[in-house]
Amino acid sequence: MTGLGVAAPNGVGIPAFTEAIKAGISGIRHDPELAALQFSCQIAGRPDVPEILQLQYLDALELRNFNSNGILYGLIAGIDAWKDAQLPVGAELAPDWDSGTIFGAGSAGVDKLREAIYKVDALQVRRLGSTVVPQTMASGISAWLGGKLALANQVSTNSSACATGAESVLMAYERIRNGHAKRMLAGSTSDAGPYIWGGFDALKVCTFKHNDHPAAGSRPMSASASGFVPGSGAGALVLESLDSALERKAPIYAEVLGGHINAGAQRGDGSMTAPNSIAVQRCIREAIKAAGVEPEEIDAINGHLTATGKDALEVENWSTALGRRGKDFPYINALKCMIGHCLSASGSIELVAAILQLNEGFLFPNINCEDLHPDITAIIDPEKIPQQLVYKELNLIAKASFGFGDVNACVILKKYK
Amino acid sequence: MDKETLITQLREIVKPYAKNEEALLNINENTDFVNDLKINSANLVDVILDVEEQFNIVIDNESMERMLNVKSAIEIIEAKLGAQ
Repeated sequence: MTGLGVAAPNGVGIPAFTEAIKAGISGIRHDPELAALQFSCQIAGRPDVPEILQLQYLDALELRNFNSNGILYGLIAGIDAWKDAQLPVGAELAPDWDSGTIFGAGSAGVDKLREAIYKVDALQVRRLGSTVVPQTMASGISAWLGGKLALANQVSTNSSACATGAESVLMAYERIRNGHAKRMLAGSTSDAGPYIWGGFDALKVCTFKHNDHPAAGSRPMSASASGFVPGSGAGALVLESLDSALERKAPIYAEVLGGHINAGAQRGDGSMTAPNSIAVQRCIREAIKAAGVEPEEIDAINGHLTATGKDALEVENWSTALGRRGKDFPYINALKCMIGHCLSASGSIELVAAILQLNEGFLFPNINCEDLHPDITAIIDPEKIPQQLVYKELNLIAKASFGFGDVNACVILKKYK
Repeated sequence: MDKETLITQLREIVKPYAKNEEALLNINENTDFVNDLKINSANLVDVILDVEEQFNIVIDNESMERMLNVKSAIEIIEAKLGAQ
């Protein structure tokens, strides 16, 4: 890992994001648009991206008729990560055959698509112009990044619901390990807005109890957790072979030791919307095996932990998979307490946070869980759930993400020494 | 509307979602939607939408959260019908 970029509800750009997660700053705000549309949940997380910032990533012509916030967030995170890795950006670059991207998305340009649907239904298809396809195709984000960064290896978009971000990192890792690319930009993005979040609001998986106090609304691991808070944004990570990184003398944030991707087949306690615990445990164990480490070596867990009723089950699954509980359990934290559930972007933004923790040696605080859920404290010691910023040397972090469709991904990260 | 009629109507509403036919046949006040009828928890919102349509009522979020079994469903439907 040689480059990081992020557009998160509580910070756009690595310096702002790092500061925010250390300070436990929530990016969740009251959302007037959701309130006007009479959503049950009227709070949400959106990255702050004023036009002046947008112009650093898209020129005035590109921004004309641009209405795909997911692509915008992905471009900010992706281009930042590439620059952070000291790799070149610009229209004058020759194709870089050794560099590609797997940049995931849950959907693309829903707002743009809505615009197009209205025009088509009004018999104005010819007035769609040239901008609809690149902003609404599923692979839009990887296509835009490919052009900006002259990526000439594989340029593709993966999609596996809330596991998308973690999956993109493992797909990029495998491509490099198989010798098909030297460098891959991994990451994922998620659109913001009512047309993305409406379906979750209808499923009643979002909280409706914190409309008056947004910052306290996202409560992973808390006894008063009552559903997730919808979020959005993008995270990006540059992966490259160690040879390539050393040759370029690029600063190295962390190493991907390995990981595992699987699915629970919607059997057992798994369904379209719930994880099969056997599959989750297997995914974690196989990831640790692939990384060539032992469960007792894991220093910290960056959980999926969404603040629905499933958090205790996730902790139980980690505990069973690792064979560790009580005081012997690793530290665990959940970034969703500050940024909500960024859906397809959640895994990549949370991985960026996990890598910053390894690189700088800290555990960001879990906010909004003063009232830890008793089912969780029955499994692990409360001191393993830091509620204040802790500076601590960490060597191995396990990060997992789980998604609708009963899909799982787990990545094992190591501090680079 | 008496309880028996309500339960009969509820049985028809949950029929497409219920995975346990025996429990559906024996549906009573103590039947739990998820544990007994084996309705996928994600489908509970669809059951509630169908109840709203059938009885021409609107079920608020707090009631929705409680509507996990026949007993609470009857209470909520009766309360909403009574309030009309």
